Amino acid sequence: MSLRRRLLTVVGIFGAATLTVLLWAPTMGSTSISLSRAFDTGVPWADNVDAQIFFVARLPRVLAGALIGATLAAAGVVLQALMRNPLATPFTLGVSAGAALGAMLAIAMRLDVGALGVSSVPIASFLGSLVAIAIVYGLASSQRRGLSTNVLLLAGVTLNSFFSALILFVQYLADFAESFRTVRWLMGDLDVGGYGPIVAATPFIVAAFAVFAVLPRALNLLTMGEDMAASRGVEVVKAQRWAFFSASLATGAAVSLGGPVGFIGIVVPHLVRLMVGSDHRVVLPAATLFGAAFLVLCDLLARTIMAPLEIPVGIITALIGGPFFLWLLVRQA
Amino acid sequence: MLRADNVTFRYHAGTPIVVDAVTLEVGRGDLVGILGPNGSGKTTLLRLLSGTRAPTSGRVLLDGTPMARMSRRDIARRLAVVPQETELAFEYTALEIVLMGRHAHLGLFEVEGPRDYALARESLAATGTAHLEDREFHTLSGGEKQRVVIAAALAQASDALLLDEPTASLDLGYQLDIATLLSTLNRDRGVTMAISTHDLNLAASICRSLVLMRHGRVIASGPTGDVLTPDHVRELYDVDADVHVHDGTGHMTVVPVRRLRP
Repeated sequence: MSLRRRLLTVVGIFGAATLTVLLWAPTMGSTSISLSRAFDTGVPWADNVDAQIFFVARLPRVLAGALIGATLAAAGVVLQALMRNPLATPFTLGVSAGAALGAMLAIAMRLDVGALGVSSVPIASFLGSLVAIAIVYGLASSQRRGLSTNVLLLAGVTLNSFFSALILFVQYLADFAESFRTVRWLMGDLDVGGYGPIVAATPFIVAAFAVFAVLPRALNLLTMGEDMAASRGVEVVKAQRWAFFSASLATGAAVSLGGPVGFIGIVVPHLVRLMVGSDHRVVLPAATLFGAAFLVLCDLLARTIMAPLEIPVGIITALIGGPFFLWLLVRQA
Repeated sequence: MLRADNVTFRYHAGTPIVVDAVTLEVGRGDLVGILGPNGSGKTTLLRLLSGTRAPTSGRVLLDGTPMARMSRRDIARRLAVVPQETELAFEYTALEIVLMGRHAHLGLFEVEGPRDYALARESLAATGTAHLEDREFHTLSGGEKQRVVIAAALAQASDALLLDEPTASLDLGYQLDIATLLSTLNRDRGVTMAISTHDLNLAASICRSLVLMRHGRVIASGPTGDVLTPDHVRELYDVDADVHVHDGTGHMTVVPVRRLRP
């Protein structure tokens, strides 16, 4: 099958499935609501409990889940190709640890300087991710022209544990209520508190996806090695730089929105490759759609399985994703 | 079509010179072998010729244009590289690998059209791998992989290939397959080739001319029959060797006899 037809088929099927999930998920929850009542403009907003649950509690959550899931899955695909390593994740390069440290500091220092409907925690967290990106990039590009993916990996892993130590230190110094908040943040939570944070994160994520859109063919070739990619006509250094910054920026924006929701960035790309092959022109859109649906479904489980208790979604993604991933590995071997 | 002009290269300032004032010319339709012991600078010279490394001094010209002034894309349209071994981080089919050779010919959002598929399939056929089109690359044997990678190079730039030790990791049967393939491509399709190799007998059997390198310098170059002499073999490898024409094939053969300890 030619690529064009394969792409149309895959996007058609994945798109339809994801759309179904996105339309269905907000109607489900611990309380059953009537859709016709929720959309009935005749009932005053203050009296319309169904509309309040739908538009205030559930819809932003589903949208955040879709946005974060899509972003982490796509960033995972891009970084795995950049590192030539299917085990890389959006969190490998220390971006999420930087974001987490930013969030921890904002919580522990009780910063309260929100802007444009976004509170201080996501802002601090996004700034933290930018700091991490700058450090890792500085290290990886200091030794030679272009990016050393080896240094990138080592710097990322080291930065991860360095920031983790700082996070523990901040938590140790914080009082009980604050450390509870920091722990909850680290579990990942899609209850982002309205549409403001989603709207604020979107421009960064959209910009990153615009870059993703031009990368796939270069990513295919980069997985064959830098020299091979260069001899096939890829401007390697430029492509690596764009891939690194776009994927890192997207990860930073997603993590600052919902916390470090683990496992999506590795499970989703892997599953998608099993289904559609490795051509990044197909993998990238498929993983984006699949990631959105996957996280929204995990979150649906998180908010209903022990209702009225809501489990942090990061626990669900790892609890489901982990064993499933291992099963796949064992079955493949 | 490809010319190195007094090219010198070191990886970093302060490190030893790897390629030392090399001048050489690969003409259209040539099949040039680059011979030399380990560390003689063959592979680096090939990287300079392919433009993936820029010379520290001197210049490389492709069809008369200095490579430093060309984009990767322009170079890739005229010159393809076949590495010693190809390792993939992900799974691709043989056809996908060959289609990737078309990268430099496609626009930013363009996908391969019927012409690209036709070229890819023709390249697979030319390397005797048409039947492997749908196989995952990692399931292929060493010789099959190398032929698929050569097919990808043909799909990319059908007039000039640079090959880095194309038979180094292959067994005798596959070595012969590749040698025959390269020879055929050069003779029947006029593909220009420069091949770096350790394998004197491979070079003797297919190369029209040779460039001998030691310590980054060219010590001799010219038609294979003139250059491949016992004296030169001794100078390159510190090995006494018999060089004679093999009756059955008419090729020169090199039989190493004794290692000389300098």
